[in-house]
Amino acid sequence: MTPEAAPPRRGRLKIYLGYAAGVGKTYRMLEEAQALKGEGVDLVVGYFEPHGRQETIAKIEGLEIIPRRALTYAGSQFQEMDTEAILRRKPAVALVDEFAHTNVPGSERVKRWQDVKALQEAGIDVITTMNVQHLESLNDQVWHVTGVRVRETIPDWVVDEADEVVFVDLTPRALRNRLERGVVYGPDKAKRAMENFFVESNLTALREMALRHTAHEVEEKLSASPVALEAAGLLEKGQASGAQAGQTIRKDRILICLTGSPSSAMLIRRGKRVADYLQADCLAIHVARNGASVEDVERHMSFARNLRIETHILEGDGIARCITDFARREGITQIFMGRSRSQPWWKQFRETVVQQVVRCAHDIQITIVADRRRPA
Amino acid sequence: MPARVDYRRNPEELLRLVQADERRERRGRLKIFLGYASRVGKSVRMFAEGRRRKLRGQDVVVAAVQPGVTPEVQSILSALEAIPTLTEKYGGQEYQVIDMAALFRRHPGVCVIDGLAYFNPPGSRNPERWQDVEELLERGVSVITAVNVQHIREKQDEVERITGKRACDSVPQAFLLEAEEIEVVDASPDALIGRSDGITPGSRQLAELRELALLLAADVVDRQLQDYLDSHGITASWGTQERILVCLTPRSNAAAMLKSGLRNKLRFHGALLVAYVEQKGLGPGDQEKLNRHLEAAREMGAEMHCLRGDDFVRAILDFAREQRVTQLFLGHTSRPPAVRLRRGPIDRLIDAAEDFDLRIFPHAEDK
Repeated sequence: MTPEAAPPRRGRLKIYLGYAAGVGKTYRMLEEAQALKGEGVDLVVGYFEPHGRQETIAKIEGLEIIPRRALTYAGSQFQEMDTEAILRRKPAVALVDEFAHTNVPGSERVKRWQDVKALQEAGIDVITTMNVQHLESLNDQVWHVTGVRVRETIPDWVVDEADEVVFVDLTPRALRNRLERGVVYGPDKAKRAMENFFVESNLTALREMALRHTAHEVEEKLSASPVALEAAGLLEKGQASGAQAGQTIRKDRILICLTGSPSSAMLIRRGKRVADYLQADCLAIHVARNGASVEDVERHMSFARNLRIETHILEGDGIARCITDFARREGITQIFMGRSRSQPWWKQFRETVVQQVVRCAHDIQITIVADRRRPA
Repeated sequence: MPARVDYRRNPEELLRLVQADERRERRGRLKIFLGYASRVGKSVRMFAEGRRRKLRGQDVVVAAVQPGVTPEVQSILSALEAIPTLTEKYGGQEYQVIDMAALFRRHPGVCVIDGLAYFNPPGSRNPERWQDVEELLERGVSVITAVNVQHIREKQDEVERITGKRACDSVPQAFLLEAEEIEVVDASPDALIGRSDGITPGSRQLAELRELALLLAADVVDRQLQDYLDSHGITASWGTQERILVCLTPRSNAAAMLKSGLRNKLRFHGALLVAYVEQKGLGPGDQEKLNRHLEAAREMGAEMHCLRGDDFVRAILDFAREQRVTQLFLGHTSRPPAVRLRRGPIDRLIDAAEDFDLRIFPHAEDK
């Protein structure tokens, strides 16, 4: 008789974080894999993107590769990671390149990070790679700096839940040298890349973001331990943060006021980012009015929920009143709002919603989020 | 235009930049590998770079190696020409000193030097090894070198707080800013703890040192980015680092604003600036309140700026842009204006605040 199988230990997740293609994330991952294999660890390559880079390809020698799965979509063939095959093989460690990848429609899961979660659930440790620009909270900033709207994003909490984030560095100068020598892309693509995304200023800015983000992850893990104890009921509530800071700080609660406007996405990202850094709770509300496009609002609400923001829809006539009443009830310390659209002159004597909230919300701080645009 | 009292860079700094540009023409290039503990792999990365450059046809020599070379490093070193350090005795101790005379005779294109923070015994050509490196650079020799965050002079108090130890040899942080390139060597602390070294700090200490090294590198990179933006006339804020500006007025709830500003600065590892606009015709009561606020800000060690200008909003906006501020903190009164004929300063700031978030704090007496 076999004893009832205990649920498997959740696999660990390690992310090699870079700031652009070609800095050497995959190489570092494979280097670690070779070292692990040398120690006798049962390891497979679940997904690997060689990009035709010789140095990287050489590093894969001797590693067991799980063949990819071919999928047909819209008449074209696509190669995706065969998650089910890895689960069947059940190694101790799986390497999965390109954490931010979106699977072809028709795949079991929409995103590769969801595949990785499935592997972890089955007790498999995963080592993966990603670039900082795929972080959801940095999406607007990356667009502002580089002009590129990154479509494949990962919610920050997914990265926060990783057991380890290691920064893979290469100086922008060295990266541009590699491009010039044709190590990263073919000659045509390399030339275009160097004139566009890979200009030195973009690379420098992205590199700084990646450094700061890795530092943030290290700090979060440092401060997470006592909080984790609190959650597990091993410490009195408030004891953990008090013990750390030497005093009890009132926890911030941030409220994001959504509308159907496209700029609400920016508002959500920024509000959540500030909440994460301040270790604050984060809520989002929308005050429903007749005639508002429900579809746009619902899209923003679901986006917010994906980022693990608690959402509410309120109904009432006075928007500002609704917002401030809710904020008081919920003990909100900061309200995040977008700018009210500029009014025609004959309406300028009337208060905007922002002005009304500022007036009503006596003891609550109000943040009007920058309407960042791409400089011309 | 309002007169500005403060500038982002003072004239000496600008002069330093110009001179640095001129010197850079003839100077050797400096590349530094920055780590957070021994055995993160700096030496391997540094010597591998030396070997790569040699393969690409550069004239590379190794001028200093640290004791305890691993087999991996040894195999790289065997492919490189070496000018060994000289062993000098002083006060019963042995010192490894770079053989500068031999290097000058040999005059290589690139010199690889491990252990940037070493000091030389009294009577040496230079008291510290980083000064030897500086001299080589001045003579047109490029240098690849490596250092740990424990050895950065300005970080040593913090390192001592973390580890309880203080390294006696160090390199000034300004020397890192001289480098054309600085590369971070990051690794999982777990991988280090397992290695038998005997003196490795604990995992919590390693994590703190690691964060310190990453943030130091981020600050160096930020400086490079700001130099780039300045020299290309780009005024927009790129927001890679949070920069918080607290604007104090007599009636603002300065205590709350400063406390929040400090918390944001610490959590984001950003910069905190405090500014006030000099206003004519301030009553003695208000002036006294303002002075008290400024005193509180000074006690906090905030960077203080006095702005001048007839137009309060304009002065703040110009300063915020010049400083590439990402968050502006301002107080407001919740008392409704008697007649809404003119748009108030908050309204004007809301309209103009494209590049930064505007956080509005209630006045203390309105509560």
